[in-house]
Amino acid sequence: MAPSDESTTKSARTTPSARIRRSPGTIIAMVLGVGVPSAFLAVFFLLPVLGMLSRGFIVQDGIDFGGFVEIFSRPRILRLVGLTIGQAALAALICTVVGLPIAHVLYRLNFRGRALLRMLVVVPFVLPTVVVGVAFRTLLSVSGPLGALHLDGTFTAIMLALVFFNVAVVVRTVGNTWEGLDVKQEDAARVLGASPARVWATVTFPRLLPSVLAAASVVFLFCATAFGVVLVLGGVQFGTIETEIYLLTTQFLDLRAASVLSITQLVIVVGVLLLANRVGRAGSVAKAGTTIAERRVAAAQSRRKPRRADAPAMAVTLVTVALLALPILTLIERSLRTTVGGAASTAARPATGLAAASTASTASPGIDIGGINYSFANYLNLAGTGQRNALVVPVWTALGNSLTIAVQATAIALIIGVLASLVISRRPRNRFARRALDIFDGALMLPLGISAVTVGFGFLITLNQPPLDLRSSPVLIPIAQALVALPLVVRTILPVLRGVDSRMRESASVLGAPPWRVLRDVDLSIAARPVLAAAGLAFAVALGEFGATTFLSRLDHPTLPVVIYRLIGVPGGENFGMALAASVVLAAVTVAAMAVVERLRVGSVGAF
Amino acid sequence: MAQASTSMTASVGQNAALSIDSFTVSYLRGVGRNEERLPAITDLSLDVFPGEVLAILGPSGSGKSTLLRAIAGLERLDAGSLTWNGHDITSLVVHKRGFALMFQDGQLFAHRSVAENIAYALRIRKVPKSDRDARVAELLVLVGLAGAGERRVTELSGGEQQRVALARSLAASPKLLLLDEPLSSLDRQLRERLGQELREILKRTHTTALFVTHDQHEAATVADRIAVIMDGRIVQLGTPAELRATPATPEIATFLGLSGDAA
Repeated sequence: MAPSDESTTKSARTTPSARIRRSPGTIIAMVLGVGVPSAFLAVFFLLPVLGMLSRGFIVQDGIDFGGFVEIFSRPRILRLVGLTIGQAALAALICTVVGLPIAHVLYRLNFRGRALLRMLVVVPFVLPTVVVGVAFRTLLSVSGPLGALHLDGTFTAIMLALVFFNVAVVVRTVGNTWEGLDVKQEDAARVLGASPARVWATVTFPRLLPSVLAAASVVFLFCATAFGVVLVLGGVQFGTIETEIYLLTTQFLDLRAASVLSITQLVIVVGVLLLANRVGRAGSVAKAGTTIAERRVAAAQSRRKPRRADAPAMAVTLVTVALLALPILTLIERSLRTTVGGAASTAARPATGLAAASTASTASPGIDIGGINYSFANYLNLAGTGQRNALVVPVWTALGNSLTIAVQATAIALIIGVLASLVISRRPRNRFARRALDIFDGALMLPLGISAVTVGFGFLITLNQPPLDLRSSPVLIPIAQALVALPLVVRTILPVLRGVDSRMRESASVLGAPPWRVLRDVDLSIAARPVLAAAGLAFAVALGEFGATTFLSRLDHPTLPVVIYRLIGVPGGENFGMALAASVVLAAVTVAAMAVVERLRVGSVGAF
Repeated sequence: MAQASTSMTASVGQNAALSIDSFTVSYLRGVGRNEERLPAITDLSLDVFPGEVLAILGPSGSGKSTLLRAIAGLERLDAGSLTWNGHDITSLVVHKRGFALMFQDGQLFAHRSVAENIAYALRIRKVPKSDRDARVAELLVLVGLAGAGERRVTELSGGEQQRVALARSLAASPKLLLLDEPLSSLDRQLRERLGQELREILKRTHTTALFVTHDQHEAATVADRIAVIMDGRIVQLGTPAELRATPATPEIATFLGLSGDAA
């Protein structure tokens, strides 16, 4: 028989292992995809961080670890390290407990106004830290709406602000998983006789657990490295490792202690990231095989009308949203009050007579409501430099700087983030290549947790000599902000690329599409919206970035958050009024950017 | 070799279009430290003749999909070679082979319309727009979806999606069409009807095709010859009638749903 005879003769010949040749273009693209983000991280992240850290150990006659012992024997340092961990753990716990019922309401139920509530919940997450600090101080100060509680400057105040920021992380991360869960498993358990509580405990919660733990660990990271909000609210008594690093470097020039603290923070962060990665991997195994299309179908099927049993969760949601709105509304209301003679001043420090007179002359007439004069005086003052010339440039100029720098930072973060996401989303055949990609993936998350202050200060001390003398270069601030935004960009784009069925790429390929065309027609087409969303998110984050920027910005070229911090630091009711108005402006721009993102309806924003 | 016993086809004396020569392919199982490479296909040889529709029939896990992917160039061979009309194409990249592959769930580009999906391979080959449009219209008629070009693929039923996937695969007149369980995701009635249609379309367009399935009725409906594959090896090769008449082993007989004594 012809075919079989032929095949027997052929099989006698042995062929060496056949490897499909890749074109030079493909190889160059892969090298660029890995090389550009790696080089960026090496120069602008690793180098400054290592430079900063080496200050702690390298002394004239070699390496010295004695600093650790000495610094950890200081009671204040020990207390702050304990406080940082305790504070972050407590905040993660509260966010989880509050966030779970909200995730249920916003991702499993179908009702009018759900989209609006989802939007409101995520607003605090993108608000600049300085704005939140100012808002909470206004809310809790003796003359504020909650002044009677005497919470200003307390641990509770910091905790409230941390929860305010991070509850969205739990809601979105857990919500996204919950939405994609197949309800049939729950139905099956019900049919088998399980009570609703039992279904929750035995079917629903175990499937949510990986995302719950992942969200909690991210909240922990954010809180453990919180800077702006703690700096504004904490004073000297309370703080985090991060604020202490700032104080030690800028106030006491104790680089050794700062460096030891940076390492301590690094150890905590890497530990939590490794833990989160392990938990996340367990979760991804459970979800294996779910594509975007399948998820959408599951999400649509899983939503139902609210029932009576949902009332407690609904109540938690509405109360939380109201509490989230309170500081923001207070901020807006106070920013509109005319600051005259210190009487209506929201500032902790009364305005001087001289200042009051100067304010009165610039203030617009305004209207009186309940004995309080409201006007746009604070906003009009933004064209100036504040009382006692608190600032070098007008606030509007700072806003212009902020916008320009944020656009640059967004561009950098997108280029690096998209390249990195494309590379990480591939599963190479080679085991070592896969392991290397996992490490690369983890490295990209590091800026999420490593002290922005360390990065900012590290820039100053390492990028100060040729060939990298960039200290006075205007590119440093956008680069630092891009570093901070990078993990968020990757976390927005990567899940979408990972959700692309590899067989769709294969289909295109078999039909004759060369690799670059597969990339364009499949990956980039599908990721177009997430990339836009990531751009909005990066823009919002860059606008509000404070920790690294505060080191790098020059007095004559400040960003808006730096100006706000300066305004609350210099006495004068008018200055505080301007800080409030500037905070509202900054918040408005940030929220506008996020509103665009939300319109794109990309589920993974703010989820990890 | 088992396939030597029962292959009696019109192809005798013809030169093979596609020659698979002692393919060995392994696959990766497990995660992290537990991962290991296991053989999916072992020393498999097979010839496909011009215009022939050959079904690769086997139970799940027998390696039939892996074989198809290896022919497309999507799996790396541990050993073996592949020739097309006598030319060695073993190391040719996927997109230059001029084949087409249709998956069980179509894998249509969800962000493109029906017409854009079908025209995809033509665009890559820089076919002028007027020719492209004419070809798309022709293919839509061929697969029974005339006038559906502007619809979104997400609005289509499962059967319609598979028709579009077939049209997309046929658009650039591939040298070889690879079909990976193209009907398995459909319900039985539709599967039977589409099976017959598929055969008619393949014959009308003189397409050489390899068709992977676990359903022997489907294989018998669509294919000229059937290769039964088990544990990564071809255990029998022949026409549907030959296979039913003389299954080579009791195992094959059982798999084909014939009683054991038929062997």
